[in-house]
Amino acid sequence: MTDAAAGALRPDGAPRSARPVRVRPRPAVRRTLPGLLAARLVGAVFVLWAVATITFVAIRLIPGDPAEAILGGPGSQTSPEALAAVRARYGLDQPVVVQYLAQLGRLASGDLGRSYALKQDVTPLLVGQLGGTLLLAALALVVAWLFALVLATWSTRGGRFAWYLGSGLEIVAAALPHFWLATALIVLFSVWLGALPPISTPGPAGLVLPVLTLAIPLAGFLGQIMRESLLTALESPFVLSARARGEGERGVRWIHALRHASLPAISLSGWAFGSLVSGAVVVETIFARPGLGRTMLNAVTVRDVPVVIGVVMIVAVGYILMTVVTDLAQWIADPRLRRR
Amino acid sequence: MSPGTGATANRRATPGPLVSMLRVRDLAVGFGPRPGTDPVIAGISFDIAPGECLALVGESGSGKSVTARSLLGLAGDGAWLQAAELAINGSDVLDLSDAQWRRRRGRDVGLVLQDALVSLDPLRPIGREIADSLRLHTTLDRAARRARVQEVLERVGLPDGRSRVRQRSGELSGGQRQRALIASAIALDPPLLLIDEPTTALDVTVQAQILDLLESLKRHGTAILLISHDLAVVGRIADRIAVMSAGRIVEQGPAARLLASPRQEQTRRMIAAIPIDKPRGTRLASPGDRADAPATPLSPPAFHVSAPAAAAASSASPAHDLASGEVVLEAIGLVKTFRRPDGRDQLAVDGVSFRLARGTTLGLVGESGSGKTTTARLLLALSLPDSGEVRVLGRPFSAATERQRRRLRPELGAVYQDALSSFDPRLTVDAVLRDAVRGARRAARTGSAGAGTAARDRARVLELLDQVSLPRTLLTRRPLSLSGGQRQRVGIARALASEPQILVCDEPVSSLDVTVQAQVLDLLDELQRERGLSLLVISHDLGVIQHASDQVAVMLDGRIVETGATAQVFRAPRHPYTQSLLAAVPRLA
Repeated sequence: MTDAAAGALRPDGAPRSARPVRVRPRPAVRRTLPGLLAARLVGAVFVLWAVATITFVAIRLIPGDPAEAILGGPGSQTSPEALAAVRARYGLDQPVVVQYLAQLGRLASGDLGRSYALKQDVTPLLVGQLGGTLLLAALALVVAWLFALVLATWSTRGGRFAWYLGSGLEIVAAALPHFWLATALIVLFSVWLGALPPISTPGPAGLVLPVLTLAIPLAGFLGQIMRESLLTALESPFVLSARARGEGERGVRWIHALRHASLPAISLSGWAFGSLVSGAVVVETIFARPGLGRTMLNAVTVRDVPVVIGVVMIVAVGYILMTVVTDLAQWIADPRLRRR
Repeated sequence: MSPGTGATANRRATPGPLVSMLRVRDLAVGFGPRPGTDPVIAGISFDIAPGECLALVGESGSGKSVTARSLLGLAGDGAWLQAAELAINGSDVLDLSDAQWRRRRGRDVGLVLQDALVSLDPLRPIGREIADSLRLHTTLDRAARRARVQEVLERVGLPDGRSRVRQRSGELSGGQRQRALIASAIALDPPLLLIDEPTTALDVTVQAQILDLLESLKRHGTAILLISHDLAVVGRIADRIAVMSAGRIVEQGPAARLLASPRQEQTRRMIAAIPIDKPRGTRLASPGDRADAPATPLSPPAFHVSAPAAAAASSASPAHDLASGEVVLEAIGLVKTFRRPDGRDQLAVDGVSFRLARGTTLGLVGESGSGKTTTARLLLALSLPDSGEVRVLGRPFSAATERQRRRLRPELGAVYQDALSSFDPRLTVDAVLRDAVRGARRAARTGSAGAGTAARDRARVLELLDQVSLPRTLLTRRPLSLSGGQRQRVGIARALASEPQILVCDEPVSSLDVTVQAQVLDLLDELQRERGLSLLVISHDLGVIQHASDQVAVMLDGRIVETGATAQVFRAPRHPYTQSLLAAVPRLA
């Protein structure tokens, strides 16, 4: 052994270099539930502020005079005096910054302003419409989950044919546009079978077609994701272990595989709920169902800016709430997310 | 044989004085459409008596796992199974229905799989997993099941069961996890246990503990079928060994006899491939072993022409001659801290210093979590140390800017443990290597893109393939369709593309079978001799380290606790930790 070789390794505790210790700060990982919720809350305030600001700016960019819209829309005969009066009343003659701050202040107190077209306060108007849309979207989400679960479990059980049929159905379903599906369902169930009303009536029967219209494409989407993850889970060693303990097919699926399979679908459900609310615009219009979506469509047509802003804000709040709900659901379904 | 619980009460009485817990005659299994054709395993015959351990040994793909799964009626979808006789605990199981099989699994036969992290449901508490077979096979109520789970946990050496049962596999250490998995298989105390690679993913000391546990099960009267690719591990607890190759048992006999005087070629090869106690520089792979390699050996002149650096360095050959002593890679007081999930800081690497001399191999050995991989990442400047410095070829590396570092990067090649995940699975071998060659050309700033560049790149790719002894027919294949050994060779070829002087190998062989491992270790040794490469080999496997390195550094909790010449450290370890590590290594008797 030469000197060089002997010196090749220094014993532990060799002098540290003169370079200063750099300890870069890293964000602490939030794994506790309160920590997670607090982070979401802070995020939510920021998101709402951003939404309010963007809508405020966007509305300034829309060509045309809001005062004119208030007095009956573009093209209507308005006197300069009437316009001035309206401007004064809605604060449109103030500097932009003042208007912006005033709007933020109103939003913070839950006041969404006054509808130009309907001449009533936006907040109570939208709150009244909210229930119908939420019910529609929530039912659609539940139905979509049921469909997806059934489709995924069935198509991974029934051999090759079921597999191809299942994945084919999912792709077709996921690709169906709401407006086409709604029409097809009306033709099938109302015109041919006469079983269900073609427009949304107050009773539960009136909900069936709108819910199906929203649920089927989402079910196709969720089903694809669930089937893939179900297959992965069914092939994993812990399923083999369970079988080796004498677990039957049903036990393997219900106790082990489906829980794993639903994780990705759960995390997508927050997004899905948001897309259901926007899908409600189409569905509520087709089925003549009162709701947020139809209110929004009407408001856009007559340029009822406060209502549009109101809907946008409510949808933003909805998205945020759904994200929190999704987080909670994941928290419950996947213990690995919890703090060790 | 009874641990004194109701769980064993329903065990069948075994007839006859000379009992065989498992009796297999002429077992054949296949996945073809017609039973009897294209078997994956065939002519498998063996017996296991109560309290006996039979080890089924062979390389991956030799049919060991299929054999074990057939004994549970779980050979797989669409599998056919034929046998002259297949009896568990004296009763025939050849023509059982699905429901009948389910009643036997977990009660008459238990299965323990390899990787407990994923072999226990990561979403379920281990208490539930262990209680599963009780729920399925007994009428015990909740409280009685809970009591039994505690008992089983204690038996596998996981006391403190009350809080344990609520933990999930991800919250346990590797050894604890494996114990919990064994607990879930023996909850009903089945008379026959099938154990598939129980220690492969574990550190040596933990491995030794698990083997102790299996030994105690054996003493208790359980018949064990142990599946492994590692003869050294098997030698510790198996009474008899059956060597499998290509779906057949090629040799079977008492463990001591078989290890001492193997009769079959395959057995001899597997014994020869075990690296521990084989001096540095001896070939591990037997000549007939190179199924991967082309028939013709590599042609040294070809790359000497194109690799002046290697030619210059090869003057230092024969390798392991440390006369030059030039330090090519140096770590000075490396410190790296991580924030743990619970917010506290953890010193992953705590003042690590060493020097790697040209043409030599430094082995960095330690158990999982000791900071080996973090050290490798620091050396490659994939992450930067909180303090301390890495110097490459005498020049500052970690302290330099990335722009300056980039000029030195071609001198450092990296080989990773999991070759498969270090490749883009969509790229062919050709694309992987071409990419590396192109990167190396750009880094060297030689030969800007122009006429003949593509041809030169192509020639270089072929040269790299030759260096790692891979046939050219592999060029069009994708990583998934390569064997583990071929993948690691491609990984090494990629690391060689920039003609590095230093190769950092992080667990280069730990996911490979012993015989394949032997080939890769031989390849690294050859490359060092021929090209004067300096190697840093990181491994948890003391056998690999002992065989492959000139110098060894033992890591524990982020610190190097012992360094020295390999022979010396292995002969007379000074640090108690090194001593305990060496004591835990399974060796052939």
